[in-house]
Amino acid sequence: MTKRSSWSLPYFIFLVLFVVLPLLLIAGYALTDANGHFTLSNLGAFFTEPKIVNSFLVSIEVALENTIICILLGYPVAYILARRKSGNSAVVALMFILPMWINALMRTVATAEIFSWLGIGLGKGTLLFGMAYDYLPFMIYPIYNVLSKMSPSYREAAQDLGANSVTVFFKVTLPLSMPGIVSGVLMVFMPTVSTFAVSEILTNNTIMLFGSVIQEQFFNMMWNQGAALSLMMLIIIGITTLFTGKREEIAEGGLV
Amino acid sequence: MKVKSVVSKAYLALILFVLYAPILFIAVFSFTNAKSLGNWTGFTLDLYGSLFSGATSDAQSLLQALKNTLLIAVVSSAVSTVLGTLAAIGIFNMRGRKKAAIQFLNNIPMLNPDIITGVSLFLLFVFLHISKGYLTVILAHITFSTPYVVLNVLPKLSQMNPNLYEAALDLGASPMYALRKVLIPELRPGMISGFILAFTLSLDDFAVTYFTAGSIGLDTLSTYIYADARKGGLTPELKPLMTIIFLIILIFLLVYSIRVSKQAEKK
Repeated sequence: MTKRSSWSLPYFIFLVLFVVLPLLLIAGYALTDANGHFTLSNLGAFFTEPKIVNSFLVSIEVALENTIICILLGYPVAYILARRKSGNSAVVALMFILPMWINALMRTVATAEIFSWLGIGLGKGTLLFGMAYDYLPFMIYPIYNVLSKMSPSYREAAQDLGANSVTVFFKVTLPLSMPGIVSGVLMVFMPTVSTFAVSEILTNNTIMLFGSVIQEQFFNMMWNQGAALSLMMLIIIGITTLFTGKREEIAEGGLV
Repeated sequence: MKVKSVVSKAYLALILFVLYAPILFIAVFSFTNAKSLGNWTGFTLDLYGSLFSGATSDAQSLLQALKNTLLIAVVSSAVSTVLGTLAAIGIFNMRGRKKAAIQFLNNIPMLNPDIITGVSLFLLFVFLHISKGYLTVILAHITFSTPYVVLNVLPKLSQMNPNLYEAALDLGASPMYALRKVLIPELRPGMISGFILAFTLSLDDFAVTYFTAGSIGLDTLSTYIYADARKGGLTPELKPLMTIIFLIILIFLLVYSIRVSKQAEKK
């Protein structure tokens, strides 16, 4: 028994080296200046530098809007797919994931080209369209997973007790599918804040998301400043994960 | 009831159309010669020809990027599958705090946005003075793929009869032999889905590769397309390449759906 538990030792060492140590390095770089002396000014920039504050607020706004769009568009898809009785529903569900196997950046570039072909100027609208396009499958899949595993007897019981279909949906189906929505939100919200290439391509660099700011700082060799912004992001992720409950449930509701 | 099903079918069709529109757009314009997408100058297979022959230097570096992408995906997902399967077996046999600790660590790469994983590994390789290249990209891809392998193999372990492996040992099998003949056949479905997921994640990754590839000119398809888009003009041969990749995926879907419908008939 004890012997086989040691089989995870190589992976444990790997995790310490490639996950724990790198995260500590982010904190280390964030709290020092270019000469290696302790400083809080890198972290302070997150709250005081107008360009960073603005891009953070814009990112949160875009991510919120994108998450809401993905729920509104994706929930009906997941619902319809889960309710289909015919044998090919697994195939149809797969069709919604297949586009993800075409390189995401290529699809984004193609979306931008379609907009310019149609004469639509690049900006906030095209950014939201492209973001929803990229992240919709991540919302559909976890909700579909939860809904298709849900026993129909809950709905039937509510109907037998006299609830109409609207009440059944809002009082039974929707609350029971919350775990799927939560993991969908986790897979859409933070990644939207942190994307960098997609927003550059879809807005012609006019809207800078938080990820682009981090990328730009590393590109300009400002590692300490970039690390400080990454650390802020990690802290925010940590807080949101604490609030959204058990990590394992999220992972199980997810794409896996 | 009838109206409802028509509406829901129409809705699915609409969303699918939007999801596939950019891909179809690329595919259509891969059969013409114009530089910019959306400009039709007559049917030709020229782009396919120059893609395969590597006629231009752009086409050559595109083919190199494709090779790099596949090489990195194959190596990193194979290593992830071995590392993750061993780790899952270990985790399954652990108890208490140790188990909770390693599962917590295993979740971190999945919760981290790509850019954080990329930045943190960038700093690691700077800190350790490891020059960036194939090795660093592959290590980075193993980092974000292995957790998914672990999560795919763990359920198979709890589904299998725990006494099978012990029985093999009691009957005189060496641990290696029991692993090959008993454990791996039972875990194979989880290992395969973990491998496919790791492979897909690696193929599609951009941010982590961007931060760990360094400046030696190592490009994958993602970083190549990003550099192209920044310069403002896509390499024309990308269109036929993406079309071919899409066709391969479609064939996969077709084979899969035939298998599913055959299984449904059997039942």
